[in-house]
Amino acid sequence: MIFSNILIYFVVIPLVMLGLLFLCRDIKQVRTVAVIGSTALVALSVYLLFDFIHLRQAGADAPMLFTGSWMWFEPLNIHLALGVDGISVAMILLSAIIVFAGTFASWKIDPLPKDFFLWLILLSTGVFGFFISIDLFTMFMFYEVALIPMYLLIGLWGTGRKEYSAMKLTLMLMGGSAFLLLGILGIYYHSAPEGGQLTMNLLEISQNGAIPHGWQTFLFPITFVGFGVLGAMFPFHTWSPDGHASAPTAVSMLHAGVLMKLGGYGCFRVAIYLMPQAANELAWIFLILTGISVVYGAFSACVQTDLKYINAYSSVSHCGMVLFAILMLNTTAMTGAVLQMLSHGLMTALFFALIGMIYGRTHTRDIRLMGGLMKIMPFLAVCYVIAGMASLGLPGLSGFVAEMTIFVGSWEHTDLFHRAFTVAACCSIVITAVYILRVVGKLLFGPVQDEHHLSLTDATWFERLSAVTLIVCVAGIGCFPGWISNLIHNSFLPIIEVLTK
Amino acid sequence: MDYSQFLVMHQEIGLLILILLVFLFDTFSSRQAPRGLSMFTVCLFALVTLAGFVYPWEGSSASAFGGMYVTSPVMTAIKNILNVGALIVLVQAMQWADSEFMKMRRGEFYELLLITLFGMYLMISARHFLLFIIGLETASLPLAALVAFDKQRYESHEAAIKYLLTAVFSSAIFMMGLSFVYALSGTLYFADIAASINPENSLMLTIAIAFVIAGMGFKLSLVPFHLWTADVYQGAPTTVTSYLSVISKGAAAFAFFVIMVQVFGPFYGKAWEWMLYALIILTITVGNLFALRQKNLKRFLAFSSISQAGYIMLGVMAATTQGLGSLMYYILVYIFSNLAAFGVIQAIENKTGKVDMDSYNNLYSTNPKLAFTMMLAMFSLAGIPPFAGFFSKFFIFAAATEPGTPALYVLVLIALINTIISLYYYLLVVKAMFINNHEACVIPAFRSAGSERLAMTVCIAGIMLVGIVSCVYNGLIDTTMMNPEYIFGVFGN
Repeated sequence: MIFSNILIYFVVIPLVMLGLLFLCRDIKQVRTVAVIGSTALVALSVYLLFDFIHLRQAGADAPMLFTGSWMWFEPLNIHLALGVDGISVAMILLSAIIVFAGTFASWKIDPLPKDFFLWLILLSTGVFGFFISIDLFTMFMFYEVALIPMYLLIGLWGTGRKEYSAMKLTLMLMGGSAFLLLGILGIYYHSAPEGGQLTMNLLEISQNGAIPHGWQTFLFPITFVGFGVLGAMFPFHTWSPDGHASAPTAVSMLHAGVLMKLGGYGCFRVAIYLMPQAANELAWIFLILTGISVVYGAFSACVQTDLKYINAYSSVSHCGMVLFAILMLNTTAMTGAVLQMLSHGLMTALFFALIGMIYGRTHTRDIRLMGGLMKIMPFLAVCYVIAGMASLGLPGLSGFVAEMTIFVGSWEHTDLFHRAFTVAACCSIVITAVYILRVVGKLLFGPVQDEHHLSLTDATWFERLSAVTLIVCVAGIGCFPGWISNLIHNSFLPIIEVLTK
Repeated sequence: MDYSQFLVMHQEIGLLILILLVFLFDTFSSRQAPRGLSMFTVCLFALVTLAGFVYPWEGSSASAFGGMYVTSPVMTAIKNILNVGALIVLVQAMQWADSEFMKMRRGEFYELLLITLFGMYLMISARHFLLFIIGLETASLPLAALVAFDKQRYESHEAAIKYLLTAVFSSAIFMMGLSFVYALSGTLYFADIAASINPENSLMLTIAIAFVIAGMGFKLSLVPFHLWTADVYQGAPTTVTSYLSVISKGAAAFAFFVIMVQVFGPFYGKAWEWMLYALIILTITVGNLFALRQKNLKRFLAFSSISQAGYIMLGVMAATTQGLGSLMYYILVYIFSNLAAFGVIQAIENKTGKVDMDSYNNLYSTNPKLAFTMMLAMFSLAGIPPFAGFFSKFFIFAAATEPGTPALYVLVLIALINTIISLYYYLLVVKAMFINNHEACVIPAFRSAGSERLAMTVCIAGIMLVGIVSCVYNGLIDTTMMNPEYIFGVFGN
């Protein structure tokens, strides 16, 4: 029975929430449904985490646990196939936490709160569905489910050039997924040896290992680019600054925090895992592109004056780092990549939540027009400093753990090419420090620019709840990285195994 | 003569009886009862539709009149699909047909519409070109009268003349092609032509195929035979436009598949693969590019339907059972999506007379349900999951890449890039309704008629469920496996 699988509830709960939201009549009911639902998702994902660790300790060594498969479209052998490994569990937990924090960050959303939460929950349905699927078709379907609500979320509740940004973001991401669809069809028709049963199941395709070498060199780039667009890979990153800058707070949080991780996750789960030979041969091309993302994103962030643009470019840089680490194709760097996803997800969500809260008070995001916020709203300011420190890699917070692991992993390559790019990527940390400290200095500690700001109040209870949740998680990963990196590390073994075959 | 042969045509006969009953009712009923005729027709047609599903499918394959007429589960299925679509169109038309303006013409409207449906049945089941031509003409010529139904509007006349001339012209081209085919093979039976054509005489064969494709291309409004489409769609009454865009197109697409595969199948690689290849690329791209700048929603949907026809043709390109099943599934999904869009347009046009996109600005604030329906329709047409349009696009792309040649991958890639272009203009409609909320809405809040709401509900249910509930697609693919000789003939064995 399909409902005896715990994973399906990650889709069922949001769907039930959608149904209930339809029935809601006022904002109180909307909030109640959103809070109960997102709390249930966090609880379920924590339960899943402990259950997963427990099973692994008990000796379950299959690559995916909680697997289940139900026939859906027989002619194409499409199943509703579910399964998770340590990486997916970590990503599910991250998504649940950010949805939870995002709910509180959009407590006072206006206008049309009901519609806002409908689209937000539909988006998270897609995200959860993507992470629990191991069938290419369902993965792709949930991937697109997660993309389209962005259009209305940005277009309706956004700020600034929202219509332009929403359209640009949607079309670019859908463009990526068009390549992805072609890649999926190509993979499907070569998924089994001659005469065998074709399949869309990731594990079976990898086990068959039947994709011919020539096809791999065609399919690897298009699937990698397809996911890479969402991972903000240079030169396909241009939707990201505009999209983040125009999006409402909770959407920026979810988008930078979770949605961009879909890109990175898909890159190793589909592109590298299924086409390992081509990955070994062609990784260098994408390594150059992601290397440019890392450095270019950081430099661009230095010259921006809009708080959201700064963080959007910083996201390009950090997500570039994720793809960069994945392309190093060794366990340490890839573990670092997932740690970076978690770290960046939490930290950027925190950043965007804080920016939204500051903007809600000062009605500007231009750092030249603000200053001395440490005196005016100390709670928000302190949180901002913490997020900044996490971003530039202060030990004890999550960013340090992730970047350290990535660079250690990258350094394992002894050739000049990889060394050179590793050094270049390391330099980006320094640039990160420049733009973070510049903002902190001007915005928080500088002289008060506008005396109207003196009368502003500090964070309310729901804003505090949202921020504290994220800070606890950032510090948690920073102080106790061992358990989570063990969880991730072992999950990469099957991928590394096919890569070295 | 064995008269029991006629029983093979039970679907056609059911429809004919219905037409006769409508005619009698219309002739002898008093003109004072406004709703009577519409209710009568819709209820009876609903019965005919239902009967198509209830009648035993297994073993329903038969051929009659020496193989001129055949039926098999797959043909029953496509007729049922068209019935469902026509039923929705009829329900949507009730409000319009009951208006004062239509008082004296109500009967003719229903009769002509159902006669064209009868013609489409013949097109689907014919396996001899004479019968096929009868079906084709029966399906096209009454439509010209239907297009002219809005007789007080100048555009309606213009559209009717355009449609009539195009229909006649395309039939002439089609028959020109047939005469070449007859000269080459000496027969007009589908099954015999493929076997008796001498492939040596390839120039004449290529010309014959080109004429046949051109003739059908007019019916399907493939580029470059599409020039009539936008004007006719704009000028015709909205009900007729919606009927033209889904039912007429669906029947022609199925018939086109049968002709290309059964008659010309053996010359697939040699003679027509590249023709269709070029036509598909042109159709999808040109349809999309012209749709970008349309401001009138009916013209807009005309160009969108041109590009959708290009996607449907991908199923013909595949020329496999999977291609046929995906093509039928695409038609079904397209019926629900397009009719949902036309339902909204029609409801608003009946109330306010407005069909341009600018008057839809901020529709969500006044008529949230209509805006929501329109949005679902646009998302489904654009192929956004979890709506049915996503599944139909995926399956038709999967069918087209099945043969696995690089050229087909390039074709699918071009089609995929076009889905992004189409997403842009579908989102423009969504943007007008939801995001342009700084402007005042010119359409006041109103409650649409019960029949319109019923039709829209059915369409929404179709959009939501036909994709996710997998038995629809699985069932269609299963029907294509039964008696494939009636569709594929010698090809593929």
